[in-house]
Order: sequence, then C-alpha cells, then structure tokens
Amino acid sequence: MKINTMAEMMANGETPEILFWVGCAGSFDQRAQKITKAFATILDKVGIKFAILGKEEACTGDPARRAGNEFLFQMMAYQNIQILNGYNIKKIVTTCPHCFNTLKNEYPELGGNYEVIHHTTLLQELIDQGKIILKEGGSFKGKKISFHDSCYLGRANNIYEAPRKVLEALDAELIEMKRCRTKGLCCGAGGAQMFKEDEPGNKRINIERADEALETGATFIAAACPFCNTMMMDGVKNREKENEVAVLDIAEMIAESMA
Amino acid sequence: MQYVQQVLFCIMAAGAIYWFSKKVAEIRRNIFLGKPQDLSDNPGQRWNNVILLALGQKKMFHNVPVAIMHFIIYAGFIIINMEVLEIVLDGILGTHRLFLPYLGEFYGWLINTFEWLAASVIVVCIIFLARRNWLKLKRFISKDLNGWPKTDANLILITEIVLMSLFLTMNATDQILQDRGVAHYEPTGSFFLSAQLIPLFENMSDGTLVAIERIAWWIHIAGIFAFLNYLPYSKHLHIALAFPNAYYANLQAPGKMKNMPEVQNEVLYAMQPELAPANAAPPASFGAKDVFDLSWKNLLDAYSCTECGRCTSECPANQTGKLLSPRKIMMATRDRLEDVGKNINSNKSFIPDSKSLLHDYISVEELRACTTCNACVEACPVSISPLDIIVELRRSLIMEESNAPQEWNGTFSNIENNFAPWKFSPDDRDKWANEMAS
Repeated sequence: MKINTMAEMMANGETPEILFWVGCAGSFDQRAQKITKAFATILDKVGIKFAILGKEEACTGDPARRAGNEFLFQMMAYQNIQILNGYNIKKIVTTCPHCFNTLKNEYPELGGNYEVIHHTTLLQELIDQGKIILKEGGSFKGKKISFHDSCYLGRANNIYEAPRKVLEALDAELIEMKRCRTKGLCCGAGGAQMFKEDEPGNKRINIERADEALETGATFIAAACPFCNTMMMDGVKNREKENEVAVLDIAEMIAESMA
Repeated sequence: MQYVQQVLFCIMAAGAIYWFSKKVAEIRRNIFLGKPQDLSDNPGQRWNNVILLALGQKKMFHNVPVAIMHFIIYAGFIIINMEVLEIVLDGILGTHRLFLPYLGEFYGWLINTFEWLAASVIVVCIIFLARRNWLKLKRFISKDLNGWPKTDANLILITEIVLMSLFLTMNATDQILQDRGVAHYEPTGSFFLSAQLIPLFENMSDGTLVAIERIAWWIHIAGIFAFLNYLPYSKHLHIALAFPNAYYANLQAPGKMKNMPEVQNEVLYAMQPELAPANAAPPASFGAKDVFDLSWKNLLDAYSCTECGRCTSECPANQTGKLLSPRKIMMATRDRLEDVGKNINSNKSFIPDSKSLLHDYISVEELRACTTCNACVEACPVSISPLDIIVELRRSLIMEESNAPQEWNGTFSNIENNFAPWKFSPDDRDKWANEMAS
C-alpha cells in the first residue's frame, strides 16, 4: 500500500480529501505505529484519498506548551502552520487527541484554520454511512470491552459518544469503569508527564487506572490515544495481566473487524 | 426608651453596611490587581451559565442528595432574607411585624413557610456538621483544611443553626404574648413549627417572655449583620461570587490553553524580522510569578472558592498521593492576594515583601505533578479553573527561571532539534509508511 505525502500529491497535481496528521507517537513509537498503520489501512480500504506530511510534519508543541515552554510551542506552531497553509490544507484527521486539541483549538488564533477531526469521529461517520462494513461475527463479538476516556478527547473537547458508538458497532459488550466520561481518570501521561518521572506519591496514575480497568473484568481495554495506550499497557503489564487483557486502539479493532 | 432602641439599631445597621462595603471595595481592588482579560463576549451564553450553574447549581447535582441539602440551605438563606427586610424596617421604625396589617392571612402563611425552611436549614446544617467532623469524608479531612479553614466551615454551619433557632424562639414567645393580649403583639395566627416550642416558655411571666422575645430578635438581627461582615473573610463568600464567576466562566474548549501573544510575536519577529516593529520593547516577564501576573478572573476564582474539595478529590495526581491539590492552589492564591491586600492597606501601595505566589505559597513539586487533565475544572461547581493558574506558574518556572526537570530539558531539545519529544531522526518520521509500501 502506497502512502502519499503532500509533497508527492502536489507534484502530481492532486489534492487529497483529508490530511492524516500522524503525530510523533504514531510516527516513532513502535506500539503506536501499529495504530497508525491500522488507521491508514482503513482509510485506504474505504477509498478515502488521503496524504501525510511525512518528514515535513513536526511536533504540534502540545507537551512544550503544557510544560510551560511557550516559546518552543510557538516555534513549532509557526513552522507547522506555514507548512499546512502552504499546502492549503482544509481538513485534518488525527489519531492523537493531543494533536487534535492543539490543531483544532490552539492553532486558529495563530493563523491555522482547518477542519480537524479525531479518528474516532471519522470512524463513527464511516460506519454510519455504511462505508466501513464489519465482518459478521468478528473477533470482538460478545467480548467485554472497557473504554478508557482520553482527557484531551473527553473533558477537553467533549467527545464521549463517538468512540463508544464505534465499539458498539463491533457487537461487543461495553463495560464502563467507575470513573468514566466527564469523571474519567487520566492515564497519567498528559501535561508532559509522559516525558518525565512521576513526582513523589504512593502510586503511579497509570497503575491506578489499569487497576480500575482490570476490575471491570473486560478482556480488552479500548483506547483512543497513543499515550493512553502506552500508559494502560504498562499498567496492565505491571499487574502481569498482559496475557489475559489486551490494550488496543479503536482503529486497530476496526481494522481487524472489517469485511 | 423606644427611640434609644431605634437609634441603636440604625447605628448598628449603618456600621454593618459601612464595614461590609469597605471590605467589598477592598476585594474588588484586589481582584483588579490581576491582568486584564476580556470576557465580555457572548452575553447570552454567559447569562445562561449564571442561571444553570449559579442559580440552578447544575454541577452540584452530580450528587443528588448533597445537592438537595445544599439547595435547602441556599434557598433558606435567600428566602428567609425576605423576612429580614421586615426585621430591619421594624428596627428602624420601632414597629413590630410591620407587614402584618398589609398582608393579613398571607402573612401567617409566609412566616409558616419561613419556619419550615428555617427548620430544614437546621437539620441540613447538622447533617453537614456530621459529614465534616464525624463521618470523615476524604475531602473534608484533608490537610488542606487544617487550622482556620476547618474552623471557618464549622463556624458558618453553627452560625446558621443559631440564627435559625433564634428566629423560631422569637416566633414561639411572640405567639404566647399574642395569646395573653400583651400590647404590641398583634395576633398573627398560629405558626405551626414554633408553636411546638411553646411548652418551653408558657410558664414564664409576661416580662420574661418579652425580654426573651426582644433578646432573640436583637441577637438574630445582630447575628445577621455580623455574618454579613464575616463573609468577606470566609470561604462563604461563594454565595455572592459564584454568580459573577459563572458569568465569566470559560466558554472555549477546556483543552485550549490561553495564548501568549507576546511570545507569538517574538517568534514571528525572529522568523520574519521584516515584520518586527522598530524599537519594540521586549515583554517584561512571562507567565505568573505572583498574583499581579495572573488575570483578574484567576483572582476572582480564588475569592469564589468555597474549599469544597471536589477538584482535589477528582485530581489524578492527588488521588495517587502526590503533593498537588487543586483546592490548595486556589486557597494559596487567595492567601497571597489577601497578604498583598493587607500590604497595600498599610503602605498605600504594594511594597515588595520578598515573597511571591510561586515558591512561597505554591511549590514547584505541586506544579510539576499536574497532568492538565481538566478533572478539577470539570468538577468545580462554581466555574473555577485551578489549571489556568497552574499553567501560568509553570510558564514562569520554565521561561523566567529555566527551572525544568532534567528529562523535560531533554524533551525540549528533542522537539527543537528532532521535531519530536524523543531522540529519533526526523528522517524516520515516515518510516512506517515505507514499511507499508513494501
């Protein structure tokens, strides 16, 4: 499967329907690359003409801004907006809620105005439109799945239903954790915490959250963020449950279940 | 004798109002020590928030029984204050139950309603005292509340119980005096609840009863004036400030952080020097080191906080034993602002006291523990954002003090040089795509 970059499309005089913003985790992290590949496969299968920025993509600046380094954030934003505007990008989809939040909410006042959607919203639309057709009796049918709300999707942007609707389409049994939706507990990665050691405390946040997910008895923990995914997986491993419980992104579940 | 009482009453009322207005002006001045922030957009949506969040207490209803109890105290407080209007006029004019002749039977109905509310308020206050002191609810036994804040909360509940009991006592003795036909005590009809207290008083002489009725009346109204003046020093100020705070609540996506146009421009001028204005002064400072560097809305937030701790009980860092407590962030901000206010009161203008909100009131360790998950913001019933203050202080730490954990410095340099938070070659960014092609 050939993934086109914007530069290639431009050279061929083509315009994509949508730009797939991959994000740093999706580009470099081995686990998250699988999510990226799954999502690219879905886009390809349903025949959406998409492109990536490839080597021209750079960190949105989300962790820098939240750590307090506004200079670095503004530098990254300036650079990205120059590139996005240069290609006259109108619509962006991303598999990372942090990129989603920054592109959607923080770039407009810096001169970057795009229609930005998160991949779970796009997946829900594609299922509703009948463009994604799922296998009869797919591998998640009747399985217990617990969805972990990402803070930057849920509380930050009020997206709670799209990922759940996608999971429902899998014919799975959705089990909510005690703290869900507006009360969902953070995985511990946000605010640039992913990139440093925890402050002194009595438990890691990701272990607290993984414990809660394991308590539901679900065999799959569904995530919609590459950072949540890593944090939840580490938590599950810490409790030595990685052979019984899998942490998967919603895109991976759909890719696996497509007819 | 009657005139003496009237004069005394007027002096008391005028004094109470004078001191209260003075303190209100001081709080207003303190809030506007903060930086300007334009929140005048979307008045329709803002009034909607006042109705839903402040008047309707929407967020309290996440826990229905507590919301109902809180609503009883709140409604009781507001509705019973209608009776205070009569009490104040009686005090000034030297009358007794001034509204009775005008309202007739409706008067009895009104007072009966107030009595039911008063009794409900007493019951709820007792339950709330129990929740705070004996049931050991996690958010109430936190070290955030050690010392004055715990006393403050209990004082408010006890004061409400005392005020309501005085109101009932006053009505009970009044009814006995009415039945005995004592002058000035015009028949009002029976008040159901206070009538239950009559057996306690009915063996007393007319003189004793008049004395008790008058003393209860005086302590009740003096207590209300005292309570009014206590508000500005207390967490209880939220009964007033919840309204403006709901009006000025953030209307943007909670995930959006406040932009810093001064930094945006610095970067723009560095990238496109032709746009830089000649002799532009560089920004004075970045982020917030002290209360002066926060916005006035951050400072209004601090005064609106009633220290309920819903934010802290939802905070992932706090739940896992970290030092951070969003409630403590708000309390520390108010403490600092009050200290700055006192400094201004005694020196006419602020004389630097070699202290700042950052470090002296809020520590680096607290700030570092935040995941910016917005749980505290979501939880707050009165639209406070502890997160906004945390981020402003973090900005000062990083941009003014270059104070970052070693790992973050690595992250920053990776983002700057490799365009990703990790040390990967930017050339490998689309390696996954090449892998898919093969």
